[in-house]
Amino acid sequence: MTRIFVPADAAAIAVGADRVAHALASALVAKGLDGTITRTGSRGMFWLEPMVEVETPSGRVAYGPVAVTDVPGLLDAGLLNGAPHALRIGNPQDHPFLATQNRLTFARCGIIDPRSVADYRGHGGYMGLARALELGPDRTIAEVTQSGLRGRGGAGFPTGIKWKTVRDAPGGQKYPAAEPQKYPVAEPQKYPGGQKYIVCNADEGDSGTFADRMLMEGDPFVLIEGMTIAAFATGATQGFIYSRSEYPHANAVMREAIGVARQAGLLGKDIMGADFAFDIDLRVGAGAYVCGEETALLESLEGKRGVVRAKPPLPAHHGLFAAPTVINNVLSLASVPAILAQGAAFYADIGMGRSRGTMAVQLAGNIRHGGLFEAGFGMTLGELVMDIGGGTATGRPVRAVQAGGPLGAYFPTSLFHTPYDYEAFAAADGLLGHGGLVVFDDTVDMAAMARFAMEFCAIESCGKCTPCRIGAVRGQEVISRILAGQDVDANISLLEDLCATMKFGSLCALGGFTPYPVMSALRHFPEDFRRIARAA
Amino acid sequence: MAEAVPWNATRAAEIISAHGAMPGAMLPILHALQAEFGCVPDQATAAIADALNLTRAEVHGVITFYHDFRRTPAGQRVLKLCRAEACQAMGGAALGAGLLARLGIDWGDTTADGALTVDAVYCLGLCACAPAALLDGEPLGRLTDAGLREVLGA
Repeated sequence: MTRIFVPADAAAIAVGADRVAHALASALVAKGLDGTITRTGSRGMFWLEPMVEVETPSGRVAYGPVAVTDVPGLLDAGLLNGAPHALRIGNPQDHPFLATQNRLTFARCGIIDPRSVADYRGHGGYMGLARALELGPDRTIAEVTQSGLRGRGGAGFPTGIKWKTVRDAPGGQKYPAAEPQKYPVAEPQKYPGGQKYIVCNADEGDSGTFADRMLMEGDPFVLIEGMTIAAFATGATQGFIYSRSEYPHANAVMREAIGVARQAGLLGKDIMGADFAFDIDLRVGAGAYVCGEETALLESLEGKRGVVRAKPPLPAHHGLFAAPTVINNVLSLASVPAILAQGAAFYADIGMGRSRGTMAVQLAGNIRHGGLFEAGFGMTLGELVMDIGGGTATGRPVRAVQAGGPLGAYFPTSLFHTPYDYEAFAAADGLLGHGGLVVFDDTVDMAAMARFAMEFCAIESCGKCTPCRIGAVRGQEVISRILAGQDVDANISLLEDLCATMKFGSLCALGGFTPYPVMSALRHFPEDFRRIARAA
Repeated sequence: MAEAVPWNATRAAEIISAHGAMPGAMLPILHALQAEFGCVPDQATAAIADALNLTRAEVHGVITFYHDFRRTPAGQRVLKLCRAEACQAMGGAALGAGLLARLGIDWGDTTADGALTVDAVYCLGLCACAPAALLDGEPLGRLTDAGLREVLGA
């Protein structure tokens, strides 16, 4: 029996992986061949998707991109033996795109069956939790702190310090056991006790990012394990994953994995035989970008409008249902099992400066080799875009790279020497955000992109603070006037002033960071704002 | 996509009560109602407010805050086409504009024959195979105008 692997990652399905899997299954039967198909996550080399892998005595052999029409020919050529074919890639681990990576968080993604906890454990899963249970809560937190792990959602706050704050905080009101048949709803205030929560921010709304989605689809148990370690370390008993309605495939895998973990005694009471209880509930958002902001997310989880809260109080003191809450990004939590399993020093040895460990960089947009590249901090932006990403998909020159999602700055090629590191990007008036890099070729109109940033902010603003709610609308209007050639100098000054107001006056990153794409476009690509003025 | 059924107050009450005890039940209730009825009609507001001990204004505020919840059912098929930056970098804006012009509708509208609703979304996480869309929940990547015509038959 030969094992064949076909990704069920949403991006692989988007380019035909389901059709290829079906064609393979029926062709195996028709040709009387002895093979079984396992659906995995993606390796993250999306230009090669759908990528089919086959297990051979000398390791896995990949073929891609495979079209339905390639299937009969591949089987005839000897796919099951890893035989030569025009689409043969060889062992994916030896492919330059993967061979140059340092996959810690994504070590299993694309390799294991994401729905099998046995497969997860067979590839080192639950070693981190086992070590945490040996160390005890305080030393577990110390380990995370020493690893230097910083929040991978974008803000880069040290994860260990956040956990310590929650551990030291007095607990809030108790989370009621689900009694699905009873209502009205049980008010959490009616349950005295020491409740704390672990909330996983899986509301990955930034354009150009897909790492959370890939991980939830390809290795959901690593997230469950990471959340369980966080719960053990801080004393939380209930976790929530707040995901997106735009991610139906990730939600299905995650929901199934939570069920499997409960059955395996890895969620619920007496986890791994320890006197420790924790459970996870998956909740799905409803298309509001601002709910990726942690306090808006908490409001949404509580069943309210996703309106941002003023900080302080911090969620670590006063979070979900007013209880101390760890709120971490998917990648932060998913990094924890490897840190515990392999030790803080192992993790801290990777990276540069104050950016330790690995970052899952997502190469997207107009890029030849789009995908997920996990490596230690410190490569330059140019290396990532040109050497790893291979430049644009269209073959035209790169003009701009937006780093860090719709609230991130546009970088011109003249800044390609910038090292990929939290501080170096901040020094260049940019941000890493959640690790997305969106590449644009020379046909892009940067003034139009600046206007889009304002338009997006206007659409997605929660409406709580004035600089964001009104500033974004006015910003869109001012850029439209600039594009129409009206009083260009005066309107550019006005735009700069407006951006300063939004940056310093907004409550959260939506209004506060929208000036990054706008001002970077204006600074690095001023010619695009003066086209009409110049023509006149 | 499951066929939406007409509004039924008894069925709605069952759905609401099935979720009512969980803290923060509002979004799960709204998703479940929309899955059943294809939308969250105005009649639902009072029923949810009653069950969750909230005012109707509070419930209305939540329903209208989130882009996903519709107050009238969508067309027979729903295309969620990504308008975000990574898709724009691969010609997504022209793709969307061309489709809307051909159909004679705007973002969020349904064609006159009720066959298709075109919604704007901002990122589906398919940014390495842009432009991307979800058609009735099925992901589509590396979309071209011809490819879009083929899957939509229009």
